[in-house]
Amino acid sequence: MLDQSYYRKTDEIIEHYGRKAGSLIPIMQDIQAEYRYLPGELLTYVAKEIGITEAKAYSVATFYENFSFEAKGKYVIKVCDGTACHVRKSMPVLEALWKELGLSKKKHTTDDMMFTVETVSCLGACGLAPTMMVNEDVHPSMTPEKALALIEELRGKG
Amino acid sequence: MIKNKDELLQVRKEAQEQVAAYDCRILVCSGTGCIATGSAKIYDEFVKLTKDTPGVVLDFAPHDEGEHEHVGVKKTGCQGFCELGPLVRIQKGDEVIQYVKVQIADCQEIFESTVLKNEVVDRLLYSKKDVHYKHPEDIPFMAKQTRIVLENCGRVDAESLDEYIAAGGFEALTKAMFDMTRADVIDEVDRSGLRGRGGGGFPCGRKWKQVARQPEKVRYVVCNGDEGDPGAFMDGSVMEGDPFKLIEGMMIAGYAVESTDGYIYVRAEYPMSVARLRHAIAQLEERGLLGDNILGTDFCFHLHINRGAGAFVCGEGSALTASIEGNRGMPRVKPPRTVEKGLWEKPTVLNNVETYANVPKIILQGADWYRTIGTEGSPGTKTFSLTGSIENTGLIEVPMGSTLREIIFDIGGGLKDGAEFKAVQIGGPSGGCLTEKHLDEPLDFDSVKKFNAIVGSGGMVVMDTNTCMVEVARFFMSFTQRESCGKCVPCREGTKRMLEILEKIVAGKGELEDLDRLEELANMIRTMALCGLGKSAPLPVISTLNTFRDEYVEHIVDHKCRAKVCKAMRRFVINPEYCKGCGKCAKNCPVGAITGVRKECYHIDPKLCIKCEACKDNCAFDAVYIEE
Repeated sequence: MLDQSYYRKTDEIIEHYGRKAGSLIPIMQDIQAEYRYLPGELLTYVAKEIGITEAKAYSVATFYENFSFEAKGKYVIKVCDGTACHVRKSMPVLEALWKELGLSKKKHTTDDMMFTVETVSCLGACGLAPTMMVNEDVHPSMTPEKALALIEELRGKG
Repeated sequence: MIKNKDELLQVRKEAQEQVAAYDCRILVCSGTGCIATGSAKIYDEFVKLTKDTPGVVLDFAPHDEGEHEHVGVKKTGCQGFCELGPLVRIQKGDEVIQYVKVQIADCQEIFESTVLKNEVVDRLLYSKKDVHYKHPEDIPFMAKQTRIVLENCGRVDAESLDEYIAAGGFEALTKAMFDMTRADVIDEVDRSGLRGRGGGGFPCGRKWKQVARQPEKVRYVVCNGDEGDPGAFMDGSVMEGDPFKLIEGMMIAGYAVESTDGYIYVRAEYPMSVARLRHAIAQLEERGLLGDNILGTDFCFHLHINRGAGAFVCGEGSALTASIEGNRGMPRVKPPRTVEKGLWEKPTVLNNVETYANVPKIILQGADWYRTIGTEGSPGTKTFSLTGSIENTGLIEVPMGSTLREIIFDIGGGLKDGAEFKAVQIGGPSGGCLTEKHLDEPLDFDSVKKFNAIVGSGGMVVMDTNTCMVEVARFFMSFTQRESCGKCVPCREGTKRMLEILEKIVAGKGELEDLDRLEELANMIRTMALCGLGKSAPLPVISTLNTFRDEYVEHIVDHKCRAKVCKAMRRFVINPEYCKGCGKCAKNCPVGAITGVRKECYHIDPKLCIKCEACKDNCAFDAVYIEE
């Protein structure tokens, strides 16, 4: 059961975008920005409030890659595997992160909820390939060593 | 509030006086690339230096006659040379000095030498073969470009409406609104020959015309900023570098087709584009340039931003409008086309960011002027993001019809570290690879199609001989397979089967018949998929199969990857000169592929070896190597 505050926050977000079917995606984006994931209960609630079926809401939420029904870590690391980054060797960076954090293709988030590691198709900083994004900051010219040093730094910050 | 045309002229006059009153402007590149290398801190440092220096003022009123130096610190759009960031330009009147790779520690020196005196800091200039280049326009990377869309990037403050107006902003809109009829505007765009810059190359004016003649009076203007091609960042650079120009282009479209609402769909991975656009829209609304009765006329235009949510297919028109409506972003069968039934089933002008950004200049200088640039069939310029194995990576703009040789060797400076050119991939996952023999072909919408590639949105990834073309084909296929929305069978199932075959070949288990199967599948998808993205999904495979068939055959028959990229093809060998016969590798080998006698050279059985690298990683004497 989610705390009442979750519903109050959701109400605020719904008010901001208006109670209409077209508001579904921005509402879900804001909920996810707030809680770093999309709690299923809230999606059901939103569907009812904006007048669409629960099935419709889930069909949209599962279509887009950005929505996650699982809680993400405090630091969401997106390793870019766009063409430019790929040919400048982005995979070793991803593999180093996976190894260090005990993650894999199937397991994206560490058990202590500190790190989520994902890949992304392009961050738009191709000139500095390979790149990766930690929350909203883009880090240029990555190497496995730099990635591991960054993890150490973030761990230090807590 | 800017209530009418005269007031806008007044604002422009004041804004120009204000800009001219600066003794010096420090222009800090604030594109995604330079922000990533730390330009935000450089900006803060310059603001601090300016504030802390006696006799220098940062903010001042126009007509300020005080006895002090007026220094402005501005955040500009992408200055282009991303790899050498953070980039800083120091502008005094017409003289602009370009500094590259500026660090926090350099700011003080730049400030004291260049800003306060007129001394150049040589070590921060761009240099090549012992030549130092002082002005941005002298650098070969910049000198050969023609900047229309990116004109303001690097010159004006990307966050300031006043600076945009001072640089001639909204002159085109007022010309359209006050001196031209709606039909004139559409006609001018039509005659200019401007074609959709998102990749399709559909004539923009024809689209506008079709929307304008619909009986339905509620119309929408939509901008496709869902730049999903990996390796492309031109549209992102325009949205964050010159948001006002894009908006002005959309407003002109809105005026021309009598639309009152516009939508910009920005991909989720571009938070800065969203922030800059929001900031721009807020300023325009506050000043009355967006909203009801713009400049005292009956033209009303409201602009909304929709953020994407990570679906590549939303770059397709009907999927994009579905996504704005709050649905799954899936393409639909056409006709009806977007111009007849687009967003919310209403006639919709849907163009890409770069297309709109071309419009103000076309209106202002005319279609005839525009046609002097580029080629007969594809007038104007095209922006490209130049990346991969190239000396100068960055954002460029060249006339249509430029050759690959000009782009890669003259502007791009050739391959990185003198590597050997192999291919250039253009058009992303919908495009193909061009090679040596295409270097002198003029690049425009029609010519490139002949080589099974597309100009696309403008991603250009240069590859050297260390790139395996089979692996590149597999990479793109895995991308399109992952991004296939699943609505039509040819794309959903076809890309999956193609990917399986490519994975098989890369793993060294391919058969020659696989190549025929690949071609058959490719042709099926190309003709039968529902949307443009599906139809073009097999292009990377088709074009590599055409040009690099021998590499595919090598992988299959000889189990050899000449670029030494495919792990399964590599052959691990122990060098008898270095091997001390300690046996550590044999102990570490998980499949028992290494045998030998102590104190003598060990041997790896290639048939058993799974290429895990455990032997190579743990050898104390570096005796294990990958055979050339």
